[in-house]
Amino acid sequence: MVKPIKITHVSKTFGKQQVLDDINLTIEPETIYGLLGRNGAGKSTLFNIITNRLPLTRGEVTIGGQSVTNNDAVLNRIYLMSEANLYPSRMRVEDIFKLTKQLYQGMDEKLTQSLTQQFGLNSHARFNKLSTGSRSIMKLIIALAVDVDYVILDEPTLGLDANHRRMFYDALLDSYAKRPRSFVISTHLIEEVSQLIERVWVLQDHRIMIDETTEEMLNKGYAITGPINDVSTYTAGLNVIGHEELGHLVVHYVYGDLDNDRPIPDTISISHIDLQRLFIYLTNQEVAKVEN
Amino acid sequence: MQFDFNSTEPLYLQVAEQIEEAIFTNSFEEGTQVPSTTEISKQFHINPATVLKGMNILVTHHFLEKRRGLGMFVAAGAYARIREKRQSEFYDDYVVNLVKEAQKLSLSKTAILEMIKRGFENGQTN
Repeated sequence: MVKPIKITHVSKTFGKQQVLDDINLTIEPETIYGLLGRNGAGKSTLFNIITNRLPLTRGEVTIGGQSVTNNDAVLNRIYLMSEANLYPSRMRVEDIFKLTKQLYQGMDEKLTQSLTQQFGLNSHARFNKLSTGSRSIMKLIIALAVDVDYVILDEPTLGLDANHRRMFYDALLDSYAKRPRSFVISTHLIEEVSQLIERVWVLQDHRIMIDETTEEMLNKGYAITGPINDVSTYTAGLNVIGHEELGHLVVHYVYGDLDNDRPIPDTISISHIDLQRLFIYLTNQEVAKVEN
Repeated sequence: MQFDFNSTEPLYLQVAEQIEEAIFTNSFEEGTQVPSTTEISKQFHINPATVLKGMNILVTHHFLEKRRGLGMFVAAGAYARIREKRQSEFYDDYVVNLVKEAQKLSLSKTAILEMIKRGFENGQTN
């Protein structure tokens, strides 16, 4: 039985700078998560802590009650694909595949071969001769083929063109269908993953701002459009996270429950908004400050 | 099948509607198997849990039936049930909005009834 990864009260400081502040999350088995955050929010640091590549300042990360700290047996069940290049730079792609196979419990050779072919990756090429996109492809192939229970993908589509990104999402869902396991994906291409991810985490100001299913989160986002006076009256006291104006016509973006007792004037219209816009307004601090 | 990822309607409801539409237009015939959760998930890049949630709505309505170990099939009588459901929703889905818009535009009841008549006449000649 695969156990969840529990991240409990995790904080991280680099010198005087707080990078993560009291993070509490659970990675359940067989679930696809999206970790969203602005640049510098601490996403990569969090991933490095989960995989014991960085020591944490406070808190703990455990699997089935066992800490991941220097625990090779449990760390072997997690694969982190990141921007960091941990391979000897002159090593050939095929040798990197072999090395990975030895480091982990194993690697699906058939899948490795078919993906290498599909993506047109030259397996004889040396790692340092690969373009950014090809490096991403090589790492993605490893991430999907390696035998682990949790796959963490930090900016997996870096440098990939639209066709290759599509191929990657195909391969990801195919692999997930054949062997359901946990995926945590961080990306700035929110639109592209919004329908893939079951649960959303938003990391903002070094803390977890949102930990909800994608559906719940989308359900709480509203755009309220109409004449300025009617909209302002209707949204007074609600959690307005952003607004746009066009003369007397305004849109107020609200995150959270609307007031069901409040009458809706027929001059205003209420609709939901997509994940990307929701994310932008939630994490746009300047707007938030003006609102406060 | 076509999904509008920019639509504000929850994706699982879109999945349910698209399959329902495919049954209603006979793309998926009664008694035949519908694509699996995995197939739909892969083809449209939708989380399998979302697809399953949509399909389960159709199972509740008896448009689809699960056959153990085989997959999902279009239930016998699904077409008639979908038609019945849509007929019962017709007033809320269409008439209410029609009247609302007509009132905004100051169109009288007589004018609207006249237009509906004309619509039916044009529909017959087409």
